[in-house]
Amino acid sequence: MEDFTLTTLIAVFEEMFGRALFWLMVAAALVISALFVWVLLRERSLKARRLVRSQIWAPLGGALAIGFVLWITNSRLADIGGPIDWIVLLGIFLAGGVGFSILVYVVQALLRPARGSE
Amino acid sequence: MARKSGMAVTRREAFALAAGGAALAAAGAGAARAQPLRTAARIVILGAGAGGAAMANRLAARLEGAEIIVIDGRQQHWYQPGFTLIAAGLKPASYAISATGDWLPRGVRWVQDHAAGIDPEARHVTTRGGERIEYDYLIVATGLELDWAGIEGFSLDLAGREGISAHYAGPEQAAASWRALDRFTEEGGVGLFGRPATEMKCAGAPVKLTLIAEDIATRKGNRGRCEFVYNAQAQNLFGVPVIHHRVRQIMDERAITYRYQHVLKAIDPGRRLATYATPEGDVETGYDFINVIPPQRAPQVVRESGLSWADRWTDQGWIEVDRHTLRHARYPNVFGLGDINGVPKGKTAASVKWHLPVVEDHLLAELAGREGTRRYNGYTSCPLITRIGRAMLVEFDYDDNLTPSFPGVIAPLEELWISWLMKEVALKATYNAMLRGLA
Repeated sequence: MEDFTLTTLIAVFEEMFGRALFWLMVAAALVISALFVWVLLRERSLKARRLVRSQIWAPLGGALAIGFVLWITNSRLADIGGPIDWIVLLGIFLAGGVGFSILVYVVQALLRPARGSE
Repeated sequence: MARKSGMAVTRREAFALAAGGAALAAAGAGAARAQPLRTAARIVILGAGAGGAAMANRLAARLEGAEIIVIDGRQQHWYQPGFTLIAAGLKPASYAISATGDWLPRGVRWVQDHAAGIDPEARHVTTRGGERIEYDYLIVATGLELDWAGIEGFSLDLAGREGISAHYAGPEQAAASWRALDRFTEEGGVGLFGRPATEMKCAGAPVKLTLIAEDIATRKGNRGRCEFVYNAQAQNLFGVPVIHHRVRQIMDERAITYRYQHVLKAIDPGRRLATYATPEGDVETGYDFINVIPPQRAPQVVRESGLSWADRWTDQGWIEVDRHTLRHARYPNVFGLGDINGVPKGKTAASVKWHLPVVEDHLLAELAGREGTRRYNGYTSCPLITRIGRAMLVEFDYDDNLTPSFPGVIAPLEELWISWLMKEVALKATYNAMLRGLA
């Protein structure tokens, strides 16, 4: 673990999820992010009500992310040992939460586009 | 509101710029490699395993005009750190198998044959096919030989049958070994584990497999029916004292029996009886499962080459290199890489990773008419799996010091999930990067 470059990091993720699944997830994240930006630009504002509603879903997204990573790495919650494990787990929870919120925000915006300015 | 959203977009753009900048900086760091060195030297690399393939890639990138020849008759490349995972039923045999040719760079000549003789005086290698290959510099990266005949009564076709596990033999045997372990942890009985008295690759692996087996039995709810006995060759469970004490503590906590100075010498598959050499004479122990790891030594071609130590490891034949420069003590144009080196520690892929820059430095310095400066401190690493989902990332050097890669972040003697992740997912990716000469 002498030099840890971006290429190595990508290789680690490919190894972790399998090449196809990893790039599929990257593509999904990019599409959702692009849609989010597109919605923002189209509406020229963040809709507070929609934002709060999407944030309610964040804990579920976090839990899903943790469950997914544990499953893919043959691990269980009981394996969490020291502080660094909790920090990594928290990071996965946050990433899952934020990602899922954005997804829910985008889905709401696509299903019920805002009419005029609120 | 509209003004606010405008700001948000600007902030996103700022983040994007920052991320792009970081990526550029990283790319710049990668591109800042030294100018290729011009040389007409003929360099022979004996072996295309982890060390040989990685060195071929590094030299191909750093040298211009050199003739680089790799000699290895094996078509398959084996990712050996994966064998434990295969033997634990977590990965299929294919996980550890790739093609040797996929790892060798263009511009390198691959002689697809085994070496039959090395003459360091006349500076040439002869292949089994009779080709004579002269060299200016020789890098010995043959790896080692598993001496299965050193265990009386054992033959490799027994792997996976009669409760016999032999996961060191190869990916297929590791997969067969899992079937034996799976059955044992279902049916119960006595499980014997241990290591040979010779130097060996990855001295942590026998301990790992013991702990994994105990964990699997526990998960299946069959722990009460299984007995686990670890047989250490010395008066300790691990050569590094601080790690020995930690392993002993874990084995005590999990009621795993251990016996010191018990070296497996024979098995009787029919009667399921193992014979151990001990200071008090031979001891016979019955088993329902046994993991056989045989004595290990340099391949015959190396043992007969005159490159081995004359007064150390005389039964094993490791080559006589300086422990810090990895350069041969009597033939300065010969270097050792990986398992074959006669140094006190480090027959692991992690050690290979640390050997590479040292050998490269001394070889390139020589070609440039300078003195090399890099030194190998005996570093080796062992992600010691303690149960499926947890490991201890133990790293140490010649002086038995712990040398953690992430001090203060990943505690070496703590059973951590992150260390398990390192072993299960990060290790193969970094290993592959190493083979390509990128890490």
